[in-house]
Amino acid sequence: MADSLLTLAPQAPPSGAPIAIAVEGLSHWYGHGSMRRQVIDGLNFRVAAGEVVLLTGPSGCGKTTILSLVGALRSVQQGQVRVLGQELNGSGRRTRQQLRRSIGMIFQGHNLLRCLSAEQNVQMGADLLPGLSYRVRRDQAREWLRAVGLGDELHKLPHDLSGGQKQRVAIARALAAQPRLLLADEPTAALDSRTGREVVELLQRLAREQGCAVLMVTHDPRILDLADRVLRMEDGRLVEPGSGQRLWGRDQLADVPVQ
Amino acid sequence: MLRGWWGSRRIPLAWLLLTRQPVRLAVALAGISFAGILMFMQFGFRDGLFDASVTIHKLFDADLVLISPRSSSSVSMAGFPRRRLVQTLADPEVTGVTPVHWSLLLWRNPQTRATRSILTLGFEPTDPLFTDPGLAAKARVLSERGRVLFDELSRPEFGPVAQWFKQGRTVESEISGKRIRVGGLVSLGTSFGADGNLLTSSETFLQLMPNTPPGSIEVGLVRLRRGADVAAVQARLRRELPSDVQVLTKAGFIAFEQDYWRSSTSIGFIFSLGAAMGFVVGCVIVYQILYSDVSDHLPEYATLMAMGYRLTHLLGVVAREGLLLAILGYIPAFAAGQGLYLVVRNATNLPVAMDTSRATLVFSLILVMCMGSAALAMRRLGDADPAEIF
Ligand SMILES: Nc1ncnc2c1ncn2[C@@H]1O[C@H](COP(=O)(O)OP(=O)(O)O)[C@@H](O)[C@H]1O
Ligand SMILES: [Mg+2]
Repeated sequence: MADSLLTLAPQAPPSGAPIAIAVEGLSHWYGHGSMRRQVIDGLNFRVAAGEVVLLTGPSGCGKTTILSLVGALRSVQQGQVRVLGQELNGSGRRTRQQLRRSIGMIFQGHNLLRCLSAEQNVQMGADLLPGLSYRVRRDQAREWLRAVGLGDELHKLPHDLSGGQKQRVAIARALAAQPRLLLADEPTAALDSRTGREVVELLQRLAREQGCAVLMVTHDPRILDLADRVLRMEDGRLVEPGSGQRLWGRDQLADVPVQ
Repeated sequence: MLRGWWGSRRIPLAWLLLTRQPVRLAVALAGISFAGILMFMQFGFRDGLFDASVTIHKLFDADLVLISPRSSSSVSMAGFPRRRLVQTLADPEVTGVTPVHWSLLLWRNPQTRATRSILTLGFEPTDPLFTDPGLAAKARVLSERGRVLFDELSRPEFGPVAQWFKQGRTVESEISGKRIRVGGLVSLGTSFGADGNLLTSSETFLQLMPNTPPGSIEVGLVRLRRGADVAAVQARLRRELPSDVQVLTKAGFIAFEQDYWRSSTSIGFIFSLGAAMGFVVGCVIVYQILYSDVSDHLPEYATLMAMGYRLTHLLGVVAREGLLLAILGYIPAFAAGQGLYLVVRNATNLPVAMDTSRATLVFSLILVMCMGSAALAMRRLGDADPAEIF
């Protein structure tokens, strides 16, 4: 399957690296009957393992929908979506739940559990790892909080943390489950631009260290330079930046290498 | 094993969800405890009343008891020929018998002159009546005519008899218009059908009840040789004696009385209804609390599902919340139940006490209440859609 995709899209970067996400001919509709509306239209792209890819585009063009499809949160209606070697079209509930354990997700809101301290929230991520003792998982949670610079706020509740701190706890939680793919949907939306950039820098650095692929939706032009590639979307399709013209065909990739 | 479990434990989410919202937890526990206390009280009263109906019955020194088939309960005992009791002596296993007269008579309060009915037992003072060996010595005074032994545990409405007697005063009163004198005190206890008890000799009893047919008694106590097969003797006597008498074991005699109160009165129904109301109120409170708890945390549950937690894991969290509520709510209910039983015992002389079977019953009901509510609240978890959280 991955081989045939490689031949279909020979320019997929970086060549030869294992593929984290391979999307081919993906279309998606919302609603039923006369309310049915297409939001994704024949999308093709791929993300290699360890790559940091940003996805941008105007509001309502379908970015979040793509994340929920790639993140195995929504069932695929048409097209192929292969994530970490698992085909999602036609996959069962249980398969998707299992796959989600390998995918870290960071949301627009932090989505922390209000009744858990920072450390406990991060450990909810580490608790997904099989075969580790409680103590080891807790130490890992602390380690991750130190890595995101929150070593002194272990026992604070989300309520007592600032927006940037909460988002960093969310990053630590996502990484604590040792994911091979991170999906982030406008993680900086609720933060001021300086904090936003810091958080994304941190995310990028830690993901790199773990060899974890990142697909991040963002509106923020100041963080585009942190990506290996930027994908631009409009009306459910990928476009070349600036031109607004549809580039993506069956034999072309809408990759935009930075520099 | 335990160590392995402890080592592999996870964040105690159910516990934290409950304890980090102390007000909600307090409301839930108050509701559960209230339901528990209500159930303890209702079941306690019910069992206490049934138990109290046989206070006297339990005291008799007998393996088998003869009563008239026309007797329906301690408050309406019919007579049967005393001869039947004598006939049982022909059985080789029977070692002794005691004929007992049994009736509710009107006692006049020596202080206020008000009358009230009191359970009066008449027997030969030399015959064994109760298993308590202390009675034989006290019974000696009954050989004198017109003497009675007064139960000091009788309700105070009968007058300060025990108090006066202990002060050394001569306590005299009237029964059915006839003069009697208190010759001593015994400690028996009130029962459902009798607020007080008197013991007297057969001779005095017949004087108080001159209309008793000659040779008629209400209760016949039969004692068997040690190690005798009670059921076999009972079957034999039943076969041999005519149908104007009923042969019961002592346990059967107790059950006969309790059955009357159980079936001929609505006591069982009333108190079970009270307990059921407590149960329903508890269910509503726990359901409300768990349902709003799940609703409030729906985005968080959806986040956990997005992280890869299984739905069954989240159902487990809600179930554990239910279990914790049951345990935490039961403890204060149990403690308060103990305390209230003490209060009831002191105020009413009812033999109400915590016993294992009732403690288990109430805990089971609370458990059903909490787990059932949790199961209903779990349906709300179906609305946690991880697809909608990005
Ligand atoms: N659950 C849904 N049901 C129906 N329409 C939806 C739903 N989610 C999103 N949409 C619509 O689909 C389009 C794409 O949405 P979305 O993927 O959220 O875009 P973006 O994240 O790029 O803003 C929008 O027009 C939005 O209104
Ligand atoms: Mg969006």
